[in-house]
Amino acid sequence: MTVGAADSGTGGAGTLRLRPPVHRVDRRAVTWWRTRILLAGAAPVIVLVVLGSLLSEARWWLMVPAVAVAVATAAAAAGMPMWWYRVHRWEVTGDAVYTRTGALWQEWRVAPLSRVQTVDSERGPLEQAFGLASVTVTTASAKGALTIPGLDHRRATDLVHALTEATQATPGDAT
Amino acid sequence: MNAGADREADSADHDADAATGTDPATGTDPATGTDPAAGTDAEWRRLDPRTVRTSLLTVAGVCVAAGAAIGFGIGSMSLFWTLVTVLPASAAALAGAVVVERVRLHKTRYRVLPDRVELTKGIVVRTRRSISRDRIRTVDLTAGPPARFFGIATVKIDTGEQSPESSLSLHAVARAEGERLRADLLDRGRRDGAPRGDGRLATFDPRWMRYAPLSIVTPVLGVAAYGAVLQVARMFGLESDVLWVFDLLGRLGVAGGLALVVAVGVVIGVIGSLGLFAEMWWNYRLDREPGGTLRVRRGLVTARSISLEEQRLRGVELVEPLGVRTVGAARVDAVTTGLRTQGENEDKERKTLLPAAPRGEAERVVAAVLAEEAGPTSAALTRHPVAARGKRIGWALGAVAVPVAALAAIGLLYSWPAGLHLAWIGAVVGAAIAVALALDAYRNLGHGLSGDYLVARHGAVRRSTVALQRRGVVGLTARQSLFQRRRGLMTITATTAAGSGAYSVYDVGADEGLVFADEAVPGLFGPLLERRG
Repeated sequence: MTVGAADSGTGGAGTLRLRPPVHRVDRRAVTWWRTRILLAGAAPVIVLVVLGSLLSEARWWLMVPAVAVAVATAAAAAGMPMWWYRVHRWEVTGDAVYTRTGALWQEWRVAPLSRVQTVDSERGPLEQAFGLASVTVTTASAKGALTIPGLDHRRATDLVHALTEATQATPGDAT
Repeated sequence: MNAGADREADSADHDADAATGTDPATGTDPATGTDPAAGTDAEWRRLDPRTVRTSLLTVAGVCVAAGAAIGFGIGSMSLFWTLVTVLPASAAALAGAVVVERVRLHKTRYRVLPDRVELTKGIVVRTRRSISRDRIRTVDLTAGPPARFFGIATVKIDTGEQSPESSLSLHAVARAEGERLRADLLDRGRRDGAPRGDGRLATFDPRWMRYAPLSIVTPVLGVAAYGAVLQVARMFGLESDVLWVFDLLGRLGVAGGLALVVAVGVVIGVIGSLGLFAEMWWNYRLDREPGGTLRVRRGLVTARSISLEEQRLRGVELVEPLGVRTVGAARVDAVTTGLRTQGENEDKERKTLLPAAPRGEAERVVAAVLAEEAGPTSAALTRHPVAARGKRIGWALGAVAVPVAALAAIGLLYSWPAGLHLAWIGAVVGAAIAVALALDAYRNLGHGLSGDYLVARHGAVRRSTVALQRRGVVGLTARQSLFQRRRGLMTITATTAAGSGAYSVYDVGADEGLVFADEAVPGLFGPLLERRG
């Protein structure tokens, strides 16, 4: 098992922790996340800059926020995707699906296969461009869904297949 | 297509049978002899004809109210013109109600088959809805005053799913027929061979009324009353009269006027909350019925009957809002699947098994509902690390600091001395309240195991102690913020199909939380745990 720098879990010697799931997400997810941040940041920056160049009186009040948003976006685009990439991991153990997600707030989720109700994969336009897909596993709980983002789309299809079969093979009424 | 046509023909047959004299009350007519497996319930039944009278009474009430409002409200209109406009309109409304209700009754039929319940209705667009009996989760009866007078009730059969097709409403049938349907459709637990002792679990005590004014309803109603007065005054152009009252208040001085306004608001709020509580909870009874259902019956004016299948019960939640908690009372909610939690207020109230009552009574009801010796919500709980206290105090002070800082900044920028005074007063008072709530919130944190139940407690303004069946847990989540990671804290969440879907143990020590989670729901976190160092 490879334990990366971001896996410094609960810290301290002899403490108990949840081991990181085995699989990382696809390497292309980093570029996908970065593109997403840049696009989300670019929209307000463009609006502010265009308005700022048109309205000379309010130029100062529009350009300063534009620069601030641009700087924040650049910083997020530089730092967050790699952080997410290190944290996001997933695994299908013998009888459960196990994921770790987040960055500032990390989350470890486990759902036993006997309680899984649906397995979906989803591909937005950006994900399609990068050949990626997200897999969502839901249980009977309204708040218990597990999402694995940024998987290679073929791998995602295989995973959905395998999980669907495994769930059908596992007895239980999922509630 | 074919099946639909067959069904229509089938339904026509049954109509013919009904016409030839099948008595809907006894329901048996050997001569019809259709499907022997379908039993006595197979024929189509109609709604109760008294529904028409009930609707008529309701419409008449509306007419009288509207007529009175028009008569008194529009002062310029003479009695003659009032009568000339109101009477024909009322007559038309009443006649319309009779016609519509008659046709609706004529066009609505339902039947209970061994495997499903069917309803056909609709005047212009005919709809036919069928609900599988396996999926039925609740059967609720409701009767407003006119319906109670005529001895009928509305039956709502619900599968608890989040779609409009998932419920079926019979408006209205005879009360006895409603009771029979309810008993019939919910009588499934018996087959599982686990019918527990029947009987009364709790009965209303009028002394519980004293908890009603302590709820959030009181201030809300008080404020709403003033809003309503102003609104009505504006509608009838009486604003100047209302403003005259403000003049009068002004003469009492700021403090006196304010005190009077608040006092009147409080009185209205108290009366309103008492009235609402009585309407909701008077005649409250909680029973365990032989079919394996818990049944709540309540209501002063409108009588309601709410049934919950015990098989669907995943636990209970003991809820203590701050006001009620200070006088040692608590409410009990069911944590159950197949009960819509979103939606109208009425739906939210449905999960309540016991209204605000003395804590001892609440504990007793919890134990009785779960059929345990001692209620798991009264078990001794493990406290959480001190770091959780620091976090709560920090958050509480932060919440006070933001508005205070904004006020102070405005005061400084615009040299507004009153703003600065408000800022420091707000800071002192706000900080005291915030710290007190934060300390209380920390004291209330706790978790533990009690028999088959996982118990978690948190909250200050609304303290909640949830007891969740361990086998009802369908997943586990561990969550850590950067701050929590540094302090070795963790939030463990158990997801479930019931209630709000997830119940959390907040800010527990990371080691302890993981061990607890593995103990509570073995096999989920267990294989994933490792010890470092």
